[in-house]
Amino acid sequence: MNLLVIAFKSLRQRALSSSLTALSVALGIMLVVSVLVIKSVVDDTFTQRSVGVSLLVGPRGSDLGNVLSAVYRIGKPSENLPWRVLTEDLPGRAMRLTGVKDPSDIIEWAIPMTMGDVTEEGTFPVVGTTPKYFKVEYASGQKFRKKGELPVNPFDAMIGSRVARENGWDVGSQFSLIHGGADGHVHDEKFTITGVLAPTGTANDGTVFVNIEGFFLISGHEKPPEEAIQRLKDFGFEVSAEQEAAIREATSGHDHASHDDHGHEGHEGHDDHGHEGHDHGHAHHGIPDDLKEVSFILVRTKTSLGSIMLASEINEGMRAQAVNPIQVISKLMKLFVGNTQKLLLFLTGLIVVVAGIGIFVSIYNSMSDRKREIAIMRALGASRVTVFSIILGESLLLCVGGGTLGLLMGHGLVVIAAPLVESQAGIVVNPWSFDAMELVLFPILIGMATLVGFLPGLTAYRTDVADALSD
Amino acid sequence: MSLSIRNLKKSYIEPGGRRLPILNVDSFDIADAEQVVLIGSSGGGKTTLLNVIAGVTTADSGQVVIDGTDVTKLPEAGRDRFRALRIGYVFQTFNLLPAFTALENVLLGMSFGGCKADRPHARELLKRVGLEHRLNHRPTKLSVGEQQRVAVARALANRPSLLLADEPTANVDTSNQDNILKLIREACTENGVSLMLVTHSTDVASQFDRIEKLSDFNRPEASE
Repeated sequence: MNLLVIAFKSLRQRALSSSLTALSVALGIMLVVSVLVIKSVVDDTFTQRSVGVSLLVGPRGSDLGNVLSAVYRIGKPSENLPWRVLTEDLPGRAMRLTGVKDPSDIIEWAIPMTMGDVTEEGTFPVVGTTPKYFKVEYASGQKFRKKGELPVNPFDAMIGSRVARENGWDVGSQFSLIHGGADGHVHDEKFTITGVLAPTGTANDGTVFVNIEGFFLISGHEKPPEEAIQRLKDFGFEVSAEQEAAIREATSGHDHASHDDHGHEGHEGHDDHGHEGHDHGHAHHGIPDDLKEVSFILVRTKTSLGSIMLASEINEGMRAQAVNPIQVISKLMKLFVGNTQKLLLFLTGLIVVVAGIGIFVSIYNSMSDRKREIAIMRALGASRVTVFSIILGESLLLCVGGGTLGLLMGHGLVVIAAPLVESQAGIVVNPWSFDAMELVLFPILIGMATLVGFLPGLTAYRTDVADALSD
Repeated sequence: MSLSIRNLKKSYIEPGGRRLPILNVDSFDIADAEQVVLIGSSGGGKTTLLNVIAGVTTADSGQVVIDGTDVTKLPEAGRDRFRALRIGYVFQTFNLLPAFTALENVLLGMSFGGCKADRPHARELLKRVGLEHRLNHRPTKLSVGEQQRVAVARALANRPSLLLADEPTANVDTSNQDNILKLIREACTENGVSLMLVTHSTDVASQFDRIEKLSDFNRPEASE
C-alpha cells in the first residue's frame, strides 16, 4: 500500500478535523486566487493589454488626465486640437525624424477622436471617430468583433456591449446626444446604430461611437471662423489671407439654428457660437477642415523607437503633447494599485500561513493519540523514515488537497462573480484565465507542508515502539 | 526456521538511574516449525523477550539468531526490514489500525516489508480465518474475536518463518480463545511457521507439547 494512501486513510479516520484544516487552507488559497484574478483583471484593464496605441496626442496638460479621458473615458479633455494637427503637424513632425521619407515609414495609423457629449439615455460618453477605429487593434493582439455594419455615414453610430445591454439598444435604434456643457442641451440630430461591439473588457464597452463627420455636423460642433483662425495661429499654423477668407466664406450662409451658449466642455468654441441656419436634417454639407477640432489623436507607430522619437518631436513644439499611455498607466499602477495588490497578496498570504499553523496544530495534537498506531506500524516492520513520511504525507495531502480545493473555489467564485462584475462594472472577467503566480502556489504549499509536517513527523520518527505498545 | 538465543542480556534504567536487569538468558532454542508456549509471572520479561527477538527493542548484549541472522547485529533499519519479512507479531490487544479495513490491515503488513501488496493472498488469509464476509469492515465494526482473527491473518501476511504471539487470547472469551488458539496453531502448522506464544492461561499452555517457564531459563538477578 502506497504511503500516501496510508496517509490519506489516516486523515480519513479524523475526517472532521482533517476536513476543517484542509478547508482553512482552501479558504486561504481561494482568497489568494481571487486576489490574483483581480490583479490580472486590473492589469488587463489598465495596462498594455487594453491599450492598442503607441502614442496619445492630446492637449497640453496632465498626461494622466489625457489618458484617463481618451482611453478610459473618465473625465473630459481639457481642450481640443485643430484638425491640422492631424493632417499637417503630425505627418510633418514624423518627416523631420532622421531617415523618414514618408510619414507612413513611422506611423502605422493615426485616428482622431472627438469627445465631450454624452447620450441622452444612460449618459454614456460619446466619441466621434472614423470607421478605421474599429478595424485596428483596440488592445495588443485584440480586434473588435461586432454585429452589424461600421458607421460609415455621418449619422451612423456603433455602440459598446454595455451600452446595448443597459439601454436595450440594437442595430437600427436611434438616439440623441446631450451637449457636453453644463446646460444639458439635447441636440436635435439623431444617430442611428449600425453596429454593436462584442464585449472587450475595456472602456469601449461603455462608449457610444459616432461617425466623426456626423459629430461635426451637429449644430455647434464646428469652430466659429474667427476663433478657428486665431486658434490655428496660436498653434503656430500659418493661415494666409486667402485661407482666412476661405474659412469665412465656408461658414457664411450656414443655416445654424440658435444653439448658442452651449457651454460645451471639452469642445472649445462650442460656447457662444452664434451660428444660425445649421441644417439639422441629414442633408449634410461638408465642414471645412479648419473649423474642425479633435480631442485626441490615437497613433500607432511601427516601432517602439519610432514612438519615442515621434513623442519627443511632438512635445518639442506646438501646444499638443504626446504620451505613451502604457507608461502613464504603469506609473499609476506602480504607485497605487500595485502596492494595494501587494498588500492584499501579503494579507491573503498570511491567511494561508495561519491555515498552515492550523495544520501543524491539528497533526501535532493528534500525535499523542496516535503513538500506539505508529508503534503498531513500526512493529509491523515500518521503518522510522516510513512513519515520518506518512505523517509528512498527511501534511502534504492537507496542504495540497486544500490548495487544490481553494484553487477551484477561487475560480468558482470568479465564475459566479464574473457576470455580476460585468453587469455592474462593465469589466469583463475571464474566470478561466490563470495567473502565472498560481503555479508558484503549489511549490509554496509543498514547502509549507514540509515545514508544518516536520515536527509531528519527527515525533513519529522518535516513537519508542516497545513503550508505546506497552502503554 | 530456527531461533537460537545465547547470552542475552537486557536491562532498563529506572528513573533513579539504577539499572534494572530484565533478561539474562544463557541459552534458548526453538526448532524449525516448532510451537512453544512461554509462561511466566507478570513483569517477568516475557514481552521484553518477544520484543528483543522481534528487534523492536535492542539487547544489551548476546545473540538472537533467526535462520542464521543475528538480529542483534543488524542496524535498526535492517531489523525493521527483517521483522517485516520474517516475523509475524500478534499482540494481546490485537492492535489493528482503526483507519483501515480488515483487508487493508492485512495488506499493511505486506506494504512495510517492501513487498507488493498481494491482495489475493490477503483475501485468502482472511478467508482462512473465516472473515471473507468482513473484508471491508473497519475494526470498530468487528467483534473482539473477529479483530483477533484479523490480527492473526495480518501476522501471517508476509509468510513469516517465526510467529510471536503475546497473550493473543487474553482479551477474548473462552469460546473465542479456543478458536483463536486453534487458528494460530493450524496456520503455523500449515505454513511451517515456528511459534512462540506467551500466555498466563494454564488452559492455553496445556494445549502445547513444549511449555517453557521463563523463570527456568531467565535469571536476571544473576546479571547484576
